[in-house]
Amino acid sequence: MAVLETKNLGIAFGGLRALEDVQISIGEREIVGLIGPNGAGKTTMFNLLTDVYVPTEGSIELEGKSIVGKKTYQITQNGISRTFQNIRLFKDVSVIDNVKIAMNFQMKYSVLSGIFRTPAYRREEKEVEARALDLLKVFHLDSKADDMAKNLPYGQQRKLEIARALATNPKVLLLDEPAAGMNPTETRELMETIQLIRDRFEISILLIEHDMSFVMGICEHIFVLDYGKIIAEGSAEEIRNNPKVIAAYLGGE
Amino acid sequence: MKTKKWIPNVIILVLVLALYVVLSVLISANIINPYYSGILTMVCINVILAVSLNLATGFLGQLVLGHAGFMSVGAYAASLFTMYSGLPQIISFPIALLVGGLVAVVFGVIIGVPALRLKGDYLAILTLGFGEIIRVLILAVPFTGGAAGLSGIPLLTTFTYVFILAILTVGIIFAFIHSRHGRAVIAIREDEIAAEAAGINTTYYKLLAFVMAAFFAGVAGGLYAHHIGVLDPGKFNFNYSVEILIMVVLGGMGSITGSVIAAVVLTLLPEALRGFSEYRMLIYSIILICVMLFKPSGLLGQYEFSIARIFKRLTHKKADAEKEA
Amino acid sequence: MDILAQVLNGLGIGSIYALVALGYSMVYGIVQLINFAHGDIIMVGAYVTYVGLVMAGVPLWAAVLISILFCGIAGVLIEKLAYSRLLKKGAPRISLLITAIGVSIFLQNLSQLLFSSSAKSMPAMFPNGMLELGALQVSSNTLLNIGTSIVMMIALQLLVNKTKIGKAMRATSEDAGAAKLMGISTSSTIAFTFGVGSALAAVGAVLYCNTFHQITPYMGGMLGLKAFVAAVLGGIGSIPGAMLGGYILGVAESLTTAAGGSQITDAIVFGILILVLLVKPAGLFGKNTREKV
Repeated sequence: MAVLETKNLGIAFGGLRALEDVQISIGEREIVGLIGPNGAGKTTMFNLLTDVYVPTEGSIELEGKSIVGKKTYQITQNGISRTFQNIRLFKDVSVIDNVKIAMNFQMKYSVLSGIFRTPAYRREEKEVEARALDLLKVFHLDSKADDMAKNLPYGQQRKLEIARALATNPKVLLLDEPAAGMNPTETRELMETIQLIRDRFEISILLIEHDMSFVMGICEHIFVLDYGKIIAEGSAEEIRNNPKVIAAYLGGE
Repeated sequence: MKTKKWIPNVIILVLVLALYVVLSVLISANIINPYYSGILTMVCINVILAVSLNLATGFLGQLVLGHAGFMSVGAYAASLFTMYSGLPQIISFPIALLVGGLVAVVFGVIIGVPALRLKGDYLAILTLGFGEIIRVLILAVPFTGGAAGLSGIPLLTTFTYVFILAILTVGIIFAFIHSRHGRAVIAIREDEIAAEAAGINTTYYKLLAFVMAAFFAGVAGGLYAHHIGVLDPGKFNFNYSVEILIMVVLGGMGSITGSVIAAVVLTLLPEALRGFSEYRMLIYSIILICVMLFKPSGLLGQYEFSIARIFKRLTHKKADAEKEA
Repeated sequence: MDILAQVLNGLGIGSIYALVALGYSMVYGIVQLINFAHGDIIMVGAYVTYVGLVMAGVPLWAAVLISILFCGIAGVLIEKLAYSRLLKKGAPRISLLITAIGVSIFLQNLSQLLFSSSAKSMPAMFPNGMLELGALQVSSNTLLNIGTSIVMMIALQLLVNKTKIGKAMRATSEDAGAAKLMGISTSSTIAFTFGVGSALAAVGAVLYCNTFHQITPYMGGMLGLKAFVAAVLGGIGSIPGAMLGGYILGVAESLTTAAGGSQITDAIVFGILILVLLVKPAGLFGKNTREKV
């Protein structure tokens, strides 16, 4: 059964139809790629999935339940979390607090409990500290837990953003160009990390990426967007040999 | 060597108590005369105002231009309560302060709900409008004494009261900021879209922080009213809101320590420089612009004074010394 | 008929709000900044007119022209001195807002030092008479206000839509980064926008003086607030929206006063703002924009 599924999804800005009749389906523990030329509507797709934009038509279902019309934070709480094309960390906040913030909605203690430092506050803060550190360890960031996020090098900022997205316990993780700006070594490392995330956290991953070797090397299923429509889908092999895809990327017939 | 966590807390408690005892002894011995103890009271009130405004402006990142307006509704509500509730003063005063805070909360919700559901700077303009409008409303309703002001408010604000409430405000807001709720508030300041994507209900937390700030401003208003004894709607004007804002900006947006220091200094300084009073707002405005241009984080940035840190450093030094020996 | 007269009266005052609202809207459209100092530019314009007309005794047309030029230049200077540095380094919005508030307080207190805080009275500037429009009596000043605001709006529309600098303004407002890459000097475009907005405020100031005959250093505060409400009501960033917002506000105020609620007109205006934000935050003509992610 599909974890995340869209049907006839579309959005128009003014008269411009940025996405049209998009059907995608992501299975459990699947790593899926969303590719396409610049301006094809990939990030718009992410924005629809997380209610940054509201679709003008179609449906989005997470585990069979519609999430259209839910607020962004509710969608995150329901199990879709994302990273951003241009990293959006809480810059003047420590690395570990970046992760703890994403765990906020899983914590229970009240405002008063926080002010008066009740046992519930102590217990939950201790738990969240341990969980956040565990998560940072996966990304080898635990030694920098107390650094300000803005002081991390670029590659580690990307990792921290993924760690923060994982902290919300998602069922589906959306990664918007995770390898952008990384050198080949870092990219290879990232591929391993993504596979490790999938296995360890048992989640599905949908990623946008321009680096074809990255996409082909890691994705089990690939969707190709061009001018707001899905023009092809299939395995890496199928996509590589699809004439429509080649035309879309090389331009013209 | 393991640092005992409770030791810094005890040190802070002892320091605060010592400060209180010293000041009260000086006041009762008349070494600090009533004029100066009045200034001390204003220092404490301004500490409450600055620290609470910092919650909304420094930690949440929303500009609030009507803090004096919230103070004024609190002041009027609290005064009317002590004057007409008929309860003995010893009981009615603390309740009145609470009432002042809660009435400010009500106005905070009325302003905050329309402004904070939206992204953008609507809170700044709505609070600016509120600060101006509330004066008009106070003049228009029958029970506030109108333009002549409200007089005959019992003088119940003692040094002990303001001191304890200032310390409580600092403590509560500090603890709030260091809880999960405070982290959520700071996340919104850092990046509202990312905060929302991290599962934070941003509207709720924006409203929570803003309304908390309004509450303490209301309490401060109640203290002020029962310190001065008369309320004049003109006192809580835009300039007063700006004076509180400048304490926050200068001290450091996001530094409670900075707000406290700036509140103390900027309350005492004008007293010392009375000759310059007509230039005061002009100087303040230049300071505001210059701080934004050259050191937008304010003098202390987000630095907080921490006994724990000092304690750690000292004990580490000692441990190092012992190791060497 | 009485109501109609009040509506016309309201349109006359609303025209002043509209002229100020245009400046708010233009600046917001291009740099997303609520320029709190904009209301105070009106005050500056009023005092410059006062200095020219009353203190120096220059002819009316010269006083008006000087005031418009002075405000335009002041607008550019303020942008260059206070905002441009922050805009360039992409400072957080709150820094810009605080700077704007700083500029506002600075202007108010400077003029208070120069001219004292007591009100100055302005002589009548244009001949005022009652005109008969059918059964309706209208003062010529009201018509002057309405006419001026309409002419200004049309001129501004032409400037934004038909000229090269207008194109640069629209491009900068759409995407400053991309505009820069296309060879547009965004910083001078922004400064120009401030200048035009401030010059319009000076026109508003002249009309204000001619209508109310009294100026104080603090007159810009409430006026600016109302103009901002007008801009939001019309849809911030939209030129016709700002005009319409100004007119609606002026009429609402004039009707409230006629109904005996002169004490609470300010509160009514404020209530309108809250209502707009609750019901239609994008305003009447506004675009619903969301931040790019």
